[in-house]
Amino acid sequence: MRYLPHTPADRQAMLAAIGVDRIDELFVDVPAQALLPKALDLPNHAGEMAVEQNLAALAARNVPAGAAACFLGAGAYRHYVPAAVDHLIQRSEFLTAYTPYQPEVSQGTLQYLFEFQTQVALLTGMEVANASMYDGASACAEAVLMAHRVTKRNKAVLCGGLHPHYADATATVTQFINFDVDRRPADPSVADDLAALIDDDTACVVVQTPDLFGRLHDLRPLAEAAHAKGALLVAVVTEFVSLGAVTSPGEMGADIVVGEGQSIGNALNFGGPYLGLFATRQKFVRQMPGRVCGETVDVEGRRGYVLTLSTREQHIRREKATSNICTNSGLCCLAFCAHLALLGEVGLRRLAQLNHGRAVELAEQLTALDGVDVLNDSFFNEFTLRLPRPAAEVVSDLVGHGVLAGVPVSRLHPDDPGLDNLLLVAATETNSDEDVAVFIDALREVL
Amino acid sequence: MSKIYYTEDHEWILVEGDTGICGISEFAQEQLGDIVYVELPEPGTTVAQNDELAVVESVKAASEIYAPVSGEIIASNEDLVEDPAKVNADAMGDGWFFKIRISNAKELEGLLDKAAYDALTAGQS
Amino acid sequence: MAKPGMNNGQTIETSSGHRGLDLAEPLIFELDAPGRCGVDLPEPSQVSSRLGGLERQAPIGLPGLSEPQVVRHFVRLSRNNFAIDAGLYPLGSCTMKHNPRLNEKLARLPGFADLHPMQPVETVQGALELIDTLADWLLTLTGMPAVAMSPAAGAHGELCGLMCIRAALEARGDAREVVLVPTSAHGTNPATAAICGYRIEEIPADDRGRVDLSALKEKLGPHVAAIMLTNPSTCGLFENQIVEIAQAVHDAGAYFYCDGANFNAIVGKVRPGDLGIDCMHLNLHKTFSTPHGGGGPGSGPVVLAEALAPFAPLPMVRRDGDGLALVEQKSEAEGTAASFGRLKGFHGQMGMFVRALAFMLSHGADGLRQASEDAVLNANYVLARLQDLLSLSFPGPCMHEALFDDGFLKDTGVSTLDFAKAMIDEGFHPMTMYFPLVVSGAMLIEPTESESKDSLDQFIASMRHLAERARRGDVDYFAGAPHLAPYRRLDETRAARHPVLRWRGDVKEAAE
Repeated sequence: MRYLPHTPADRQAMLAAIGVDRIDELFVDVPAQALLPKALDLPNHAGEMAVEQNLAALAARNVPAGAAACFLGAGAYRHYVPAAVDHLIQRSEFLTAYTPYQPEVSQGTLQYLFEFQTQVALLTGMEVANASMYDGASACAEAVLMAHRVTKRNKAVLCGGLHPHYADATATVTQFINFDVDRRPADPSVADDLAALIDDDTACVVVQTPDLFGRLHDLRPLAEAAHAKGALLVAVVTEFVSLGAVTSPGEMGADIVVGEGQSIGNALNFGGPYLGLFATRQKFVRQMPGRVCGETVDVEGRRGYVLTLSTREQHIRREKATSNICTNSGLCCLAFCAHLALLGEVGLRRLAQLNHGRAVELAEQLTALDGVDVLNDSFFNEFTLRLPRPAAEVVSDLVGHGVLAGVPVSRLHPDDPGLDNLLLVAATETNSDEDVAVFIDALREVL
Repeated sequence: MSKIYYTEDHEWILVEGDTGICGISEFAQEQLGDIVYVELPEPGTTVAQNDELAVVESVKAASEIYAPVSGEIIASNEDLVEDPAKVNADAMGDGWFFKIRISNAKELEGLLDKAAYDALTAGQS
Repeated sequence: MAKPGMNNGQTIETSSGHRGLDLAEPLIFELDAPGRCGVDLPEPSQVSSRLGGLERQAPIGLPGLSEPQVVRHFVRLSRNNFAIDAGLYPLGSCTMKHNPRLNEKLARLPGFADLHPMQPVETVQGALELIDTLADWLLTLTGMPAVAMSPAAGAHGELCGLMCIRAALEARGDAREVVLVPTSAHGTNPATAAICGYRIEEIPADDRGRVDLSALKEKLGPHVAAIMLTNPSTCGLFENQIVEIAQAVHDAGAYFYCDGANFNAIVGKVRPGDLGIDCMHLNLHKTFSTPHGGGGPGSGPVVLAEALAPFAPLPMVRRDGDGLALVEQKSEAEGTAASFGRLKGFHGQMGMFVRALAFMLSHGADGLRQASEDAVLNANYVLARLQDLLSLSFPGPCMHEALFDDGFLKDTGVSTLDFAKAMIDEGFHPMTMYFPLVVSGAMLIEPTESESKDSLDQFIASMRHLAERARRGDVDYFAGAPHLAPYRRLDETRAARHPVLRWRGDVKEAAE
C-alpha cells in the first residue's frame, strides 16, 4: 500500500520493542466480540490510475457548468479564478498545515488570516472580521445567536428575501433555545415593512442585499429603526463581488455583516466547501463567534500574529463559549485572500462593473421576449424573471439546449405556488455574448 | 473599622459600614497569570449572593466572579477595562473590581477570614 | 525589523531584513501602488446602472499588486509554516497524516469542482452517485444503518447528532435536560450540548483514565438525554467498558453520542455499530485525510441508529428508480417529515467527499485496516520508547496516541509549553499540549500511520534528548525556545489585551 511506510520487518521489530507478539495484543481493550477478525467486505486497495479512472467516470456523468451556458446563482456564483490562486493554495505549507496553534512555525497561515480579516472588514465597511466560518448560511445563524447574546433578547425578524437555506439554518440552530424566528413571506412584488415588526424583544433584523430575488436594499432607514428600538441590524451578502459596485452594509449602519465568500477565489464545488464571512463592530468583538487572528510581537520585537481572544471559544469556555464552532475554512480564506490581492481596488471594481453590465444586457434582452418579465427595480448581477409557465419545467427543457438557465424559485420555496413561474437568473463575467444568445434563442423556443 | 473577608471562589470583600469593595485574591491572580480582560457589572445592578457578576480572563483561561454577598452594585473599576494588568500588579488594591452596597450583612458570617482563606489555598498552588 | 542571526556568538544584521532564504515579508496592504492590478479584465460595457441609487461612493481600500508580487508574497509567507509534507506533526487528537495528491487532482475535475449546487439533478447524477457511494463506505465501516452527509466539520456533526437526539426525545414527548460529558471531552461537546438547550454534567474518569462506570450510573436517570463520549478517548485509550456504558445509557432511556474524532484508530478493526452507540460523527479531514488546510475546511458526516434516522437533517440523497434524487424539503412521502431541519447551505462538503472517497478507494478494506493497525503500532512504539523518561499518564497499551503529563518536569523549572517550543528547534511540530484537561501539563502524541520507523526513531531520540536536558536543569534553553524558528516566542498577552485584528495603515492601536 503506497501510503504506508512499514515493511513487515519494521512491524516485527516495533512489536518486539513494545514487547508484544501480535498487533491485536494492542487492541486488548476492545471487547473481544467486537474486534473484527478480518477486513470488511469492501474492495481492496487500488493503484492511483485505477482510482482516478473510477472517479473520473463518475465526474463524466455530470454536466459541468462550464460546459453549458450557465446562469445559475442563488448564493453560489461562477467566476473566473486566476491560475495563481489554485497554485498558491496547493503549496504544501498551506495545504498540509493544521490550525496555527504554534505561532512560531505558523506565521504563513496567521499573516494571511490577518490580511483576510482586513479585506473582509474593508469590503463590508465594518471594523473587525473573524477568520471565517463554515459557509454563509451557518454564518447567518451565528450572527443571530450573537445578536441574542449582545441584546439578551429572544427574537429575530428575517426578511422575506433572505436565502431560504440561511433562514433554515438560523431556525435550526435556534430551535432548542428560548428564541423565536419570525420569517417573512417571500414575495418579490412587495417590499417588507420590517421596521414595523421590531419590538422590545427583537434582538436583530436580518436583511439580505442583494436579496434572493436580486433586489438591492438601502439599509439606512432600517438601521435607524432597529437602533431606535435597541435591536441590531444583520446584513447578509451572498455575492461578495457586488461590494465592488454597491455601498457597503457597514456604511449603511449594519451591526453585523455576514455572507458567502465563495464567489471570490473559490470554485462552485457543488455547494461546498464554501467560506462563511463574518464582520462586526469593534465593540462587539468579544461576543463574536469563531477563530480570530491578532497582531503582536515576538520576543525580539518582530511583528507577528497569533490566534487571540481564545477565551470566547469552546476549548476554553466549553458550554459558555460564543459558539461550538472550532474550525474555520482556512484554505478557502486563502483562496479568497489571494484572488482579492490579485484583483485589488481596480480589479474588483471592474469585475463588479463587468458583472453588472452583463446582467443589465441580459435583462434587456430577456424583457424583449414575449411573456417574460423582469421583476426587479434594482439588481447587481442576478434578477428574477416571471415566465408564462412553471420555471422548473422551463429549466428542465433548456438543459437539452445546453443551457443551465437559472434557479427556479420553487426549488427553494416549494410551498408557495404563487412563486412557481419565477426564475432566478444570474450573469457573471464568465458569460460570453454567445452564452446570452444561446439562452435567448433557446428560451424563445421552449416558451 | 474595615474588615476583609474571602470566598472559596477566591474573591475578597473589604467591608466598611454597609458597603464592600470586591476583587480577586492575590492567589487567584497568580493562578490565572497575565490578565488580559475584565468584564465588570453595571452600577445599579441588584445581585444575590453567588450570582455570576463579572468575568476575568487570561490568555488561556476565563473565570467567573461571583457576588460574595447580596446587594446593589454602586461602582465598578473602569480602569481595569483599559489596563487589566492592574489586577496582576495590585490584586488587593488598585485591581479592585466593583463596590457593592450590602443588603444582608448576615451573609458575611458565612465567608472566610484571612487565616481560613490562607489555610484553604496553602495546599493548592 | 531585521531578525538578528548569530555567527560565532556575534549578531549578524542584514540591511534587507532578509536572512538568506528566510525572507521578511510585509502585509499586502504595505505593497500597495494605487492603480496597479494583478488581473487583466475587459472594458465593461456602458450600461445605465440598475443599482437603485446604491452605487458605491467611497473607495474600498484594497491594495494594488501585480501577479508576480502576489505569488511571491504568498510563497514567502508559506515558508514560515510547518506542514505535514515537511515533517512529523504529532498533534494528538488532530491526526496529521499524509494528504495524497491524487485526491487533490480528482477534487479539481470539472465534473466535480465546476458543478453548481442548484443544477437540475439530471445533470449531477455522477455527483450524487459519489455521495451515495461514500455514504455506503461509511455505513459499512461503522456498521450503522443511516448517515447524514451535510455537516461541515466535526463540531457541526456533533450539533447534527445532538439535534437528532433532542428531536427524537421530543417526538416521544420526553423532555430531558441534561447531557453527560466526561472531563476529558473536547470543548466542542459541552458547547454543542448548550446550543441544543441542555445543561451539562461532567462524569469523572477512574484512575485508568476511563469513564468511571459506577459514577456514570449514579448520574444517569430520567432527566438525562444523552452521553457524549469520545472513543477511543482523548487520552488515547479504548473505553473497554463501552458495551456496559451503552447498556446503562439505554437502560436509562438516554442516547449514546460517540465523538468519532479518533475513529482513525479503529477503522476496519471495530465497527462502532457493534458497541451500542446511537450516533457518531466522522471527521473526514482526520480519518480519511482530507487536508487540514491551516484550519479547514473539514467535513463531518454523522452515522445514525434507526431510532434517530428519521430526524436527520436535509438535504439527503435517495435512490429513485434508476437514478438518484436529492430530497431538499420535509416530505411525508420521502420520510423526511420529522427532519430537524437544515444545517447549512446546499448539500455538504462535496470537495471533501471526493478526496475522502479517493482515500478510501486507494486504501481499500485491507489498507484501511492496516492503516489503523500501523497508527496504533506507531503510538505504542513511541510510548514504549519514551515511558522510562517521560511520565506516562495511564498504563498502555494505548490506541493511536500516547498521553504523557508534566510529572517528569516537576522541579526542573521547565513547563510543557517550554518543552513543546524546544521541539520546534529539533525540527518537529510540537504535540498537543494541555489537552486533555484530566492530567497536568498534558502532552498528547499522535504519530499516525504515515511515519516510518526511521522517522519515529529520530523523533524519539529528540524527545529523549530534550527530557534529559530538562532534567539537567537547562532552564534558560527551554525558556528561550524556539531559538531557530522563523519567529521567536510571540506575546499572546499583548495580543489579547489590546486586540489589533486588522491592518489600519499607520494606526498601530485598533482600540476604538
